[in-house]
Amino acid sequence: MKLSTKLLAATCIVSASAASAVELEVTHWWTSGGEAAAVTKFAEAWNATGNTWIDGAIAGSGGTARPIIISRILGGDPMAATQLNHGRQAEELIEAGLMLDLTEVAEAGGWRDIVNPSSLLDSCTLDGRIYCVPVNIHSAQWMWLSHAAYETAGLPVPTTWTEFVETAPALREAGLQPLAMGQQGWQQNLAFGAITLAVAGLDPWREVTVNKNADVAAGPDYAAVFAAVADAREFARGSNVQDWNQATNMVISGTAGAQLMGDWAQGEFSVAGMQEGVDYSCLPGLGLNAILDTGGDAFYFPVNSDPEITAAQLELAALLISPDVQVDFNLAKGSLPVRGDIDLVAANGCMQKGLEILANGGILPSGDQSLSPDSQLQIEDLMAEFWSGDMSAEDAQARYAAIIASAD
Amino acid sequence: MTTTLAPSQARPAKRPVRLFRHLMSKVALIPMILTALVVFVGGTAWTVVHSFTNSRLLPRLEFIGFDQYERLWSTARWIVSIQNLALYGFLSMILSLVIGFTLAALLDRKIRFEGAFRSIFLCPFALSFVVTGVAWQWILNPDFGLQNLVRGWGWESFAFNPLNDPDTVMFGLLIAGIWQGSGLIMCIMLAGLRGIDEDIWKAARVDGIGTVKTYVRIIIPMMRPVFVTALVLIASGIIKLYDLVVAQTNGGPGISSEVPAKYVIDYMFRAQNLGQGFAASTMMLVSVLIILVPWAYLEFGGKKRG
Repeated sequence: MKLSTKLLAATCIVSASAASAVELEVTHWWTSGGEAAAVTKFAEAWNATGNTWIDGAIAGSGGTARPIIISRILGGDPMAATQLNHGRQAEELIEAGLMLDLTEVAEAGGWRDIVNPSSLLDSCTLDGRIYCVPVNIHSAQWMWLSHAAYETAGLPVPTTWTEFVETAPALREAGLQPLAMGQQGWQQNLAFGAITLAVAGLDPWREVTVNKNADVAAGPDYAAVFAAVADAREFARGSNVQDWNQATNMVISGTAGAQLMGDWAQGEFSVAGMQEGVDYSCLPGLGLNAILDTGGDAFYFPVNSDPEITAAQLELAALLISPDVQVDFNLAKGSLPVRGDIDLVAANGCMQKGLEILANGGILPSGDQSLSPDSQLQIEDLMAEFWSGDMSAEDAQARYAAIIASAD
Repeated sequence: MTTTLAPSQARPAKRPVRLFRHLMSKVALIPMILTALVVFVGGTAWTVVHSFTNSRLLPRLEFIGFDQYERLWSTARWIVSIQNLALYGFLSMILSLVIGFTLAALLDRKIRFEGAFRSIFLCPFALSFVVTGVAWQWILNPDFGLQNLVRGWGWESFAFNPLNDPDTVMFGLLIAGIWQGSGLIMCIMLAGLRGIDEDIWKAARVDGIGTVKTYVRIIIPMMRPVFVTALVLIASGIIKLYDLVVAQTNGGPGISSEVPAKYVIDYMFRAQNLGQGFAASTMMLVSVLIILVPWAYLEFGGKKRG
C-alpha cells in the first residue's frame, strides 16, 4: 500500500513537471556535419529556457523533406515548427490558414527594422501579416576550390570561373576530378543558376527569371550560358557521389579541384578544420559577378489547437531571431545572420566577403522568390537530364525557353 | 434495420426476396462496402475530376480541359518513367516467376534443411524496400561495393557499376527488386506444389515421363490459380514501385531511373501542382485498367459461363 502511494505521488510529480515544460517538435533537413552542429545551437538555446526541443531531422535534402512536411501539415498532423525556404513554397498553406500568424511577435521584436535585407521579411509576409521567422541568409553563387588539388597539378589557384575552365584539362591530366558534382537535380540546377549569373550577368537573368521573357531565354546571352554549362558537365564527368557534402568532401580531401555550391559548404570546411585562403578558396559570384542571392531558411509554425503549444511557438519564434542565437547558429552553419545590427567578429574570410557584397548592395532575389515550385521542378528535371546525358546545349536551351514561356 | 425488415420478410414466407437472403452477413459487409465505395471509388473519381483542373497546392475546381494531360505527354521525364516501368515490369514479372518457381521446385525435391533454405530465401521479403534500396545502393557502389571487392581479389579490370550508368541503372533496380520479392513468390509456388496430389507424380513415373517434362506439361497447368495469385502480387508491386527507387537511386543518374509513381508524388508535393500529379495518377489507373479489364474478363467471365 505504501509503495503504491509513493508510486502514485511520483507519477503525479513527473506528469506535473512534464506539463510545465512544453515539448515542441521541430522538423528540418539539416543533416550534414556542419548543419547538425548549427541546429544543435537552436536546440540548446531552446532547452535552456526550460522547454524541450524534439528534433525531427529528415534526411535527404529539401526535395525529400518538403513533401513530408507539407503532407503532414495538410494531413492534420502538424509539427510545432518547421524549416522551409523563403518564398512561395508556403504561400498556399498560409492562404488556407494553416500557418500561425507571427505579426505580434514581429512587431514586439521590431523585426521590420532589424532584418537586413528587408526582402527576407517581405517573403514571410502575406497581406501585411508575418508568417515566418527568417533565420539565416544563404546564397548559392559560390565556387569552392581545393588548394591541395592545384598543388598536385602544379598550377596556381584560379580566381575566376574563366581561369578555372582553362585549368580544368590539366587537373584531369593529373588524375583529379576537375569539378565535384553530386548527382542530384537540385545541385545541378544550383550550378546552372550560379553559372547563369556569372556568365550572362544580372540583366538577362532578371529578364528571364523575374519577367519570364522566353525570347531572352532563347537568345545569345543564354546560349553562352548553356555552352558554359555544357563545359561544366564535361568537367563533372566521373563524379559519382550523390549528396552535396560528399562532393564537398572531394574538395576537402583534394581529389577534386572545385565545387559549385552554396555558402552552406562553408560549414563542412570548418568541421574538417580547414583554413580559408590556406587550404581552400571561395569565390562568390564565381569571381565574375559579385552578386549574391539572399535566399535562406525560415521557420514556419503550423497552427495548433493546443493554446499551450501556440504560446510556446511564439516564444520559440522570438528566440530564433534573438542576437546571441543568431551569432551561434550562423557561425556554425557558415551562413550570414539575418540581423543587420550584430557584429560578426568571429566570421572568417568567406563570410566577410559575403557580408561585404551584401553591404555594397550586390543582392538579387532568389529564384525561390520568383519562379513557382512547379516551374522550378521542371527546370530541375531538365538539368538532371542534361547533366547526366548527352543532350546538346542548343536542345537544352530550347526546352528551357519553353518552360520559361509557360511559367506563371 | 432488422426490425423494420422482419414483417416484410414474414409476408412472402415461401420465397424470400433475394436481396435479404443471408441478411446478417450482408449487414456485416456494409462497412467494407462503404469503405470500398467512398474511399476507393469516391477517391478515384475525385482524383480524376481534379485532374482536369488547374489545382496547385490545394484542390480547386477551375476546369482547364485536357491541358494537364497535354503537358504530361510532352514531358520527357514522364515518357522516360513509362518506359522504365514497362522494362522493369516485363523483366520483373518473368524473372520473379521463373526464379520463384525454380527455387520452389528445387526445394520440393525433398532436400535436406528445406526449412533453413526457405527461411533464407524468404528473409529479404521481411525487409522494407527502403532498407533493400539502401543496402543495394552500397553493394553496387563501385568504390566500396561489389566492384571493389572483386578488384581486391586481384581481378583489376572488373567493372560492375550499373547504378551510375543511365543505360543500366534499371537493371540495378531490378536486381534489388527481384532479390526482395522472389522469396515470397517461391513460398506461394511451394504451397502450390505441396497441393499437387502425390498420385500424379506416381502416374507420371509409371508412364515414364521425365521430371522436367512432368513439371512443364502437368504440374504447371495444374497450378494455374497459384500462378494467377503470384501474377497479381507481382503486378501490384510493379505499379506502386516508388520507395525502392527513392532509396536506391532517387531517379538518377539524371532522370534515367524515374518511375510514374515518383512523378506523381514529386509533382503533387514538390512542384505543388496537384492537377499535374492527378493527371499522371489517372494515366497510371488507365494503363492498369487497359491491362486488367480484358484479362479479368477472360479469366473470370469465361469461367462463370463454363
